[in-house]
Amino acid sequence: MAVTDHSAAPDGRLASARAARGAEARRRRRLLLAPALIVIGIFGLFPLTISLIYSFLTPGTYGGVTWEFSTDAYVQFLFERDIFDDTLSFSSTYLQIYARSIGLALVATLGALILGFPTAYFIASKPREQRNFWLFLITLPFWTNLLIRTYAILLIIRDEGIINIGLMKAGVISDPLNILYTDTAVFIGLIYSYLPFMVLPLYASLEKLDFRMIEAAYDLYANRFQVLRRIIVPAAKPGIVAGCILVFIPGLGAYITPTLLGGGKELMIGNMIALQFGSSRNWPFGSAAALILMVVVMLALLVYVRNASREPVRHG
Amino acid sequence: MAESARKPRMKDLRRQPFFTEIAWACIFVLYAPILVLIIFSFNDNRSVVLWTEFSFRWYVEAFENEGIRKATIVSFQVAAVSTFFATIMATMAALATTRTPPFKGQTAAYAIINQPLMVPEIVTAVATLSFFAIIKRATGMTGIGYLMLAHTVFCIPFAYMPIRARLEDMNLTLEQAAADLYAPPFKVFRRVTLPLLLPGIVAGAMLAFVVSLDDVIITLLVAGPGETTLPIYILGQIRRGITPEINAVSTLLLGLSLVFVTLFFLLGRKRK
Amino acid sequence: MMQAEAVPADQIEVPAERDMVFADTVTKTFGQGDAAVTALDAVSLTIRENEFFTLLGPSGCGKTTLLRLIAGFELPSGGHILLDGEEIGHLPPYKRPVNTVFQSYALFPHMTVAENISFGLEMLGKPKAEIAETTAHMLSLVRMEAMANRRTDQLSGGQQQRVALARALAPRPRVLLLDEPLSALDLKLRKEMQIELKRLQGETGITFVFVTHDQEEALTMSDRIAVMEAGHILQVGTPREIYDHPARRFVADFIGDINILDGELGEVSGHQGRVTLPGGASLGAALAESTIGKGKVSIAFRPENVVLVPPEDPRATLTGAVENVVYFGSGLNLHLRLPSGAPLMVRSAHYAGEIGDLVGLEIADRHVQVLVD
Repeated sequence: MAVTDHSAAPDGRLASARAARGAEARRRRRLLLAPALIVIGIFGLFPLTISLIYSFLTPGTYGGVTWEFSTDAYVQFLFERDIFDDTLSFSSTYLQIYARSIGLALVATLGALILGFPTAYFIASKPREQRNFWLFLITLPFWTNLLIRTYAILLIIRDEGIINIGLMKAGVISDPLNILYTDTAVFIGLIYSYLPFMVLPLYASLEKLDFRMIEAAYDLYANRFQVLRRIIVPAAKPGIVAGCILVFIPGLGAYITPTLLGGGKELMIGNMIALQFGSSRNWPFGSAAALILMVVVMLALLVYVRNASREPVRHG
Repeated sequence: MAESARKPRMKDLRRQPFFTEIAWACIFVLYAPILVLIIFSFNDNRSVVLWTEFSFRWYVEAFENEGIRKATIVSFQVAAVSTFFATIMATMAALATTRTPPFKGQTAAYAIINQPLMVPEIVTAVATLSFFAIIKRATGMTGIGYLMLAHTVFCIPFAYMPIRARLEDMNLTLEQAAADLYAPPFKVFRRVTLPLLLPGIVAGAMLAFVVSLDDVIITLLVAGPGETTLPIYILGQIRRGITPEINAVSTLLLGLSLVFVTLFFLLGRKRK
Repeated sequence: MMQAEAVPADQIEVPAERDMVFADTVTKTFGQGDAAVTALDAVSLTIRENEFFTLLGPSGCGKTTLLRLIAGFELPSGGHILLDGEEIGHLPPYKRPVNTVFQSYALFPHMTVAENISFGLEMLGKPKAEIAETTAHMLSLVRMEAMANRRTDQLSGGQQQRVALARALAPRPRVLLLDEPLSALDLKLRKEMQIELKRLQGETGITFVFVTHDQEEALTMSDRIAVMEAGHILQVGTPREIYDHPARRFVADFIGDINILDGELGEVSGHQGRVTLPGGASLGAALAESTIGKGKVSIAFRPENVVLVPPEDPRATLTGAVENVVYFGSGLNLHLRLPSGAPLMVRSAHYAGEIGDLVGLEIADRHVQVLVD
């Protein structure tokens, strides 16, 4: 057995090989991640701090900001300054807008859940070969331009739209129903916009459901409602949470829906903020309002994270 | 026997009361408005309710509309550039974060990559606008580059997801086999990893492209004069009143989405 | 100098028993701290040139880990791995003249059969003519000429297996590693492939290192076997040595059927000893190591090495009562119980008696082995 003695410290070669592999892997990873992280870091995350700074400045005359420190933006959120004697009085205007937006988003989320859950279940209970077709059907709107979809709703519910003309022609009503530019219109629009976002995560959870469990439950004399409550819903729980988050958060900050269907007045947070950067020319206030929205969203996400960590969640 | 009387028949077992009806209603509700839009885009008169006759009139007018033409070009330019860069960066990021043992800073990396998805669009729009305002003042540089940059940022996570999904499906054993057969790391990547990853990359690029084309809020705030994209143009038109050309343009965009979704699904089914 | 280029094995003029692979106190641990798992514990092994060597053991014993260390997919935590005298433990896989046939075959799905086979040669930078010739040769070697331009996902399991083999053999490696390559095949195909593999090894002269948990497979194919368990090598030897003289209890139990009885070791002379069983009967037994002292031991012997005789016959070393007779076509298994209560199994071509009868068992000394542990 001729083993040549490699006095060039063979253990050293092994150790350095091991170290090299580890360092190489780390370097490669950093290099690969760098572009995405840098770009998003600088142009996605960092601007948020700029907004934070802006929220403590004063509005410029023609838009933009003047670099003078001021807490006016945040004060304005809760209080109104009397023009004459400069006193502050509590004003609930903006709180109302936020409250209404949160309310609308919550109700829309609930509506999406009620509509979306049976739909997801329906698709999940179909035989495997058919499912792709149904998923395709549900996914298509998701890829379609949100503006166009909202526009389509607009066309239908406005006074000269199909619903009203149809009902009037049928003699059911004599004057057009005023659907457009109401909270109802926004509610419909929100559900319509984000329904696919609810169905897809629900489907992802329900797809993993083993229908033999349901059959076993029936075998044990459970009725349909019990099966729904005790087996199906718990199994879909991760999907429910994910779907609600995916509807609530965009719904909260929605712009297109309230602009098109709500009349463009300061109906929801989204277009209220946009207004500050448009005709209202109050960038600091707009920044402050945006940051407050962020905080609300973060809280909602915290709820999600806490809920998600209670069960084994599969990140799809 | 009591058993067979109470147990539902096999075929019914999966059904819940009203679920099927609601599901059908859902699908109907999702598609009805779109179908109305499409149908009336071919309507010969201006009304969105009265049908006169089939015609391509509005499509022709949309085509000849200078505003629409310019907006379309801008939209595609921005989408193309953003998609290109976003896909490259997303591919690199996916390669770095998938199929590895957990590493330090992994959660932070995910958080950063997905950040554009976590923050409401209006907030991103506001923050980006503010940041760009400062840069513009400091450097004096203007141009469509800012818009493309903003689009690239939110396109990255959308491109990342399908690429990462595809990568996770790929067994490391194949790359090990290539290394076993004397392929050094970069050859392994070029000959094995990349060809197999390609469907995912294409899917990611398509998703990014669509998302960029469709964007409204961020573009609305960040775009400067002369940088009107198609959605912004459409939004402006809608505010001024319904024009049938908009129906035509909308239908065309819908058609484009349809093409993309079909491709996406076909790509997804191609894997083993 | 160790190069990635492999020298054809039949061109080397060397003495017959040259060592090809030498693992020197190789250790491999995964994980850290409390969660650390030791897959291999100071394992040493020598594999000779032109040998069909098998690593045999239950799952988790470390055989696959050892294989991967030789291939280069893992770095040893300690110890050295030498190939033909040269240290390779620190080299990445693409620098080792060693090729692997994976359990899942790992064929490249986006390449045809021929492209798969020629991949290694391409990576080595061989001239086109040579690649074409070798690929053709390989295709005929595994009888897949007709499938050369098929995509790999259109092949059956057995065909994929053969392509994987051809792909790994094409670059003429010094050593071919096979990681349970037959486990996914059905019985008939498996038996065919066993013969096929053996033939290939003989024809090419390449050292094969074969990993399996199937002891029958190991016995039929190997020149030598290493039985492994829990990160250790328990015994290395030819199939006959392992089967007839298992040194350790685990090895005896793992390979084939065996009878194990407890007893007392009395007088020892050289490699022979006398073991007394509870109940008084005593047997002559072979010792694996002559350093075994007197005292409590276990002995082992194979069911087919026992001859049935009438119970009163003086040749009978033991007697037992028949509890069950299991017929399996080419013979039968008799399940007996000794007076001490210990169970026993005897394999015989025929048995004329009845259940409950007493039979005598004649066991030659050379068939009885004293086990370590």
